Amino acid sequence: MTDAAIAPARIALVGNPNSGKTALFNALTGSRQKVANYAGVTVERKEGALITPSGRRIAVLDLPGTYSLRARSPDEEVTRDAVLGRLAGETRPDAIICVADATNLRLVLRLVIELTQVGLPIVLALNMYDIAQRQGLEIDLDKLSKELGVPIVTTVATRKRGIEDLVSQVEALTHADHHTGMESGWREPSAKELRAAHLNAERILKACVKPPARPDTWTGRLDDVLLNPVAGILILLAILFFMFQAVFSWAQPVMDLISSAFTLLGQGVGHLLPDGMLRSLLVDGVIAGVGSILVFLPQIMILFFFIILLEDFGYMARAAFLIDRIMGGAGLHGRAFIPLLSSFACAIPGIMATRVIDHRRDRLTTILVAPLMTCSARIPVYTLIISAFIPNKTLWGWVSLQGLVMFGLYGAGIVSALVVAVVIRKIFWRGASEPFIMELPAYKLPDPMNVARSVFQRGAIFVQRAGTIILSMMVLIWFLSTVPGAPAGAPGPAINYSFAGMIGHAMLPILAPIGFSWQMAVALVPGMAAREVAVGALATVYSVGGGEGARGALGANLAQHWSMASALAFLAWYVFAPQCASTLGVVKRETNSWLWPALMFGYMITLAYIAAFIVYHVALALGGG
Amino acid sequence: MNASSSVTLETQAVPSPLALIRLSDARKGVSGRVVKVGAEDDGYGAIEPDELERRLLEMGFVEGARIKLLYEGFIGRDPIAVRLDDMRVALRRREARGVWLDVTTEPAL
Repeated sequence: MTDAAIAPARIALVGNPNSGKTALFNALTGSRQKVANYAGVTVERKEGALITPSGRRIAVLDLPGTYSLRARSPDEEVTRDAVLGRLAGETRPDAIICVADATNLRLVLRLVIELTQVGLPIVLALNMYDIAQRQGLEIDLDKLSKELGVPIVTTVATRKRGIEDLVSQVEALTHADHHTGMESGWREPSAKELRAAHLNAERILKACVKPPARPDTWTGRLDDVLLNPVAGILILLAILFFMFQAVFSWAQPVMDLISSAFTLLGQGVGHLLPDGMLRSLLVDGVIAGVGSILVFLPQIMILFFFIILLEDFGYMARAAFLIDRIMGGAGLHGRAFIPLLSSFACAIPGIMATRVIDHRRDRLTTILVAPLMTCSARIPVYTLIISAFIPNKTLWGWVSLQGLVMFGLYGAGIVSALVVAVVIRKIFWRGASEPFIMELPAYKLPDPMNVARSVFQRGAIFVQRAGTIILSMMVLIWFLSTVPGAPAGAPGPAINYSFAGMIGHAMLPILAPIGFSWQMAVALVPGMAAREVAVGALATVYSVGGGEGARGALGANLAQHWSMASALAFLAWYVFAPQCASTLGVVKRETNSWLWPALMFGYMITLAYIAAFIVYHVALALGGG
Repeated sequence: MNASSSVTLETQAVPSPLALIRLSDARKGVSGRVVKVGAEDDGYGAIEPDELERRLLEMGFVEGARIKLLYEGFIGRDPIAVRLDDMRVALRRREARGVWLDVTTEPAL
């Protein structure tokens, strides 16, 4: 066992989706967890460590959920390659814990049979055993263990029951067999072999498990309502409405806090440093830039809270069922629903969430249309222009005209996303459509600790992954907007003399036909940092001082300088334009190629130009000049 | 086998005394036993029929399984949610085409 002292033993968790695998991972490793990426693929790698009572440290790898080793998605490929020891940069685990939902054994038995072929010691953890007992499910554990040829431990991960047993099993397996894992005898099963394995699993199930005396009736009763064609859709809409209310209203105080904290930090650092490039870089580039993205963290966390809560409850599969036909009509998968929903807060977590989509084509389509969803960063731009140009009138006694325009901008984003998805599918994938076959898991009460842990992890991943990209983009945009500086005594704002100013002036001949002035063109360049930065940039070019009340002043200023047609064209531009360098950076990272961000930039800017052109000229024709 | 007369759904020309229907043609409430799983190429799928067949098998759509169609989608009655033995599974009707049901037997579901 000398080598055990050098390299700790490693075990991998494998199981069906919805088997409580993550809860078991949490119960085993507690807070000793690390989330990263597998080398070269955008699959999340979750590793933790457990300490056995004898003081041994064992690394635990949480592999993506799967129904079989025959991989169908990048996630499942990782699971297969990890247990087969084919994963680049990863050593093969020494043993496998196969996690099963004790109340739903049929499919996992086949997986266990498949896993026994890979030549690694296995222990089967029958998780959610308390629910099985409550339902009066009788499982002959000894017989099942003998039939499968693997030891069995019963667990209740959320209550940390059975964890000690599981750890001692793991310890025994890794002690006895450390580094003696056999060559894998696994190969991809044919349909015929799958049938045979199913028959075998069925026979074992019949021999070892008596059907529950008190089966779960809640799932059926809830589904009768939640999957009802009318009530189900209404409830889904109500849930979405509530989520959005929460995302926007609950997050506000924290967002204000973050925003003022970054302002204070900027001022503090500004006082400490002498006037010059370094101060400008730190205050205007790094601190202001990072603040302008981190301000969305509360919204993202609240959104993730709801998504994880609904996912753990078992509702997300139902939402995918209800929405599949609408999404499917646009060539999107039902699972694209969650990433697109997240994109209403910010496209970056939305694009990162496309990892749940099995197939590459569906995933790429979803990534490409995600930024068309109206993210929170557009809201400051929209509200600035709307309040300055759209009269505060009430239509038909109860509809606010300003609210209606806002709603229209959201609608334009959603509709265009669906249309673009159809076009992408027709052009790139020639109409082929991926299968939609999805288990509807039994409803379960989410465990608060697991939800909290997941939300926190999501937030940390956003800050970590997006942070590096955002920071570099912010510095780049700052550089463009600041260098070279204005000559001494020059009139007008300094930005006018910078590269951003030059780019803005250079673009003017192209942007003039859509009604943009040079000030607007210049503001678009720093607006690439994040959409709402355009508000600050406009204030800069119009030399409106900062601070509270600046927005009102800026609005009044814009109302003086811009025509109605230009303002509407600017709104139309912002619906489509790829005004977010960080999103493009994240797309590059998630797709591992410059092709997709380039394509995204190209199609979005084309749409933006066409939309702004049409809006500008229609508005001119209607007398909005 | 007099229950077969009550089945008015498309039965195709399958030489069998059983009342066989495709799961894709079943309506809400129909139940039966899976007698054949074999996907065909309809020219639209992004994956091979053999691959679809294996995915169906892996999800538990296997000969002998008991099925009841529980819910239909809002638009075009698609997708469908079925009880498959003791699980619940959602799938599109297109994917369900390869699953043949014998609806003459009344499985205890």
